[in-house]
Amino acid sequence: MAYLQSLNLANLFSRMPAAAAQGLIWGIMALGVYITFRMLDIADLTVDGSFGAGGAVTVMLILAGVPAWAALLAAAAAGILTGLCTGLLHTKLGIPAILAGILTQFALYSINLRIMGQANQTAAIKQYGLIFDAETHGKGFLVSSLYIPQAIAVGLCLSVVLVALFYWYFGTEQGSAIRAAGANPAMIRAQGININTMKVLGLAISNAAVALAGGLMTQFQGTADVNMGRGAVVIGLAAIIIGEVLCDAIFKKGCSFAVRLAFVVLGGVLYYIAMTVILWLRLNPNDLKLFTAVIVAVFLAVPHLQKQARNSFKRAGKSAAQCKKEDSHA
Amino acid sequence: MLELSHVCKTFNAGTINEKKALCDLDLHLEPGDFVTVIGGNGAGKSTMLNAAAGVWPVDSGCITIDGTDVTGLPEYKRAKYIGRVFQDPMMGTVPNMQIVENLALAARRGRPRTLKWGVTRSEKEIYHEKLKTLGLGLEDRMTSKVGLLSGGQRQALTLLMASLQKPKLLLLDEHTAALDPATAAKVLELSDSIVQENGLTAMMITHNMRDAIVHGNRLIMMNAGKIILDIRGEEKKHLTKHELLDKFAEIAGVQEETDQVLLS
Repeated sequence: MAYLQSLNLANLFSRMPAAAAQGLIWGIMALGVYITFRMLDIADLTVDGSFGAGGAVTVMLILAGVPAWAALLAAAAAGILTGLCTGLLHTKLGIPAILAGILTQFALYSINLRIMGQANQTAAIKQYGLIFDAETHGKGFLVSSLYIPQAIAVGLCLSVVLVALFYWYFGTEQGSAIRAAGANPAMIRAQGININTMKVLGLAISNAAVALAGGLMTQFQGTADVNMGRGAVVIGLAAIIIGEVLCDAIFKKGCSFAVRLAFVVLGGVLYYIAMTVILWLRLNPNDLKLFTAVIVAVFLAVPHLQKQARNSFKRAGKSAAQCKKEDSHA
Repeated sequence: MLELSHVCKTFNAGTINEKKALCDLDLHLEPGDFVTVIGGNGAGKSTMLNAAAGVWPVDSGCITIDGTDVTGLPEYKRAKYIGRVFQDPMMGTVPNMQIVENLALAARRGRPRTLKWGVTRSEKEIYHEKLKTLGLGLEDRMTSKVGLLSGGQRQALTLLMASLQKPKLLLLDEHTAALDPATAAKVLELSDSIVQENGLTAMMITHNMRDAIVHGNRLIMMNAGKIILDIRGEEKKHLTKHELLDKFAEIAGVQEETDQVLLS
């Protein structure tokens, strides 16, 4: 009882905007994960490393006096490199995709340390200001946890731009080929498409979005840490799954690709709101990763279990027994 | 149009599972040839088609398509010249993409994939007309996912896809084997008309002797990685199922004898 009384609902609501702002950044990362997970049918574990790489590149460039927006572009470029690395390990050297991702991620831990020179680096918003401030001459941060409304606005704008960009790209000849490559490799070769090129392209684009999100997170928190990407891929999967379940529930007859992508971003927001509620309940923050894993496992398992319940031998056996009973009565 | 000369392929060379799939195979197709290929299991029929398509490199020999040596080109580079329909109806299409998207993917066979829109409006109208010719009502379901189609519908669609960008060579690998007899007959009829209308050079593997006789202008029989019978023109027209079965039995008989020798 005392525990319940100690919970302050007003406090929870006051935390929501910040949760939404940070959730949007995770949503942008989830867009990247969506490309490999859903289109290429690869669980790309590079993500944990490329998220941190985006953060490391961003913080070091900002400290070196580069405008924050340019640092973000550089982060995305670094993300492309990490994707290329995984893609080439997989396609040129024949290493299974999941293992290639793990190797790149593992190597990136050292590389991110090299980039930053130490385990973490801080670039304070107080020193650099926000991009909207006139005195920063457009060099300031795009997002910051100290300016939540602006952070939400920028997060939404970037999400819309990325969804539009992906919608366009995956409607082009090249994007269609990437989509087909994940679904039917034999057919795609017979159509004269180099499947390896498509995989590498997909991985590069995916990790560009992930590293961009890493850069945004660094600006939002004012700091980059070598461990900031740990578990990012699981968060991305959680966002995708939450978004898709919601999307399927609302649009029973299917929806356009752009709407689906928007729901993936929304999934990121909902995921982070759920985490905020858990923290508000004053559960141990060390348990957050356990909760995330349970959420992902449950959401992944539910469609499978539903299908089994509809279509199981147990059920067939039961109805057969019923059948026999009725026959013997007759 | 297609020239296979001295083509050899051995699978699992040097192991206990070594299988000489193609042995010094020679085949020359004239432009417009429609060849039916028959032979027992393991005779090398599919291996020959896969060698032409470039699924894997051959051990030796030379493969030429319309004067171009393609022996050193991987599958995706040869696709420019070759249209294919597989035995498994699942293999020729992308199930989670629309009918029109599948057609658009195939219409660009062998061309670089650019950043132009994947399906243009003018294309859609062409596809609508082409789908009508199939007579399956698919023209009204152009935005349906291909996964919703039946096996026969998919094979018909794959055939159409293979012919959108006119191939120099059409390879049909038992493409009706997974279909019921009525659907199989329809798809075969469609194959005939597509080959004729476009004047294609084609090879079709079948296990049905009657189909092998009725369709095409040339028939080859394979055994142990070699072509052992090559009948064309008038001679093929007068061929009967019995004659063909006798030939088949003749070869099988020879094998039986060698087996007996081995066992005795």
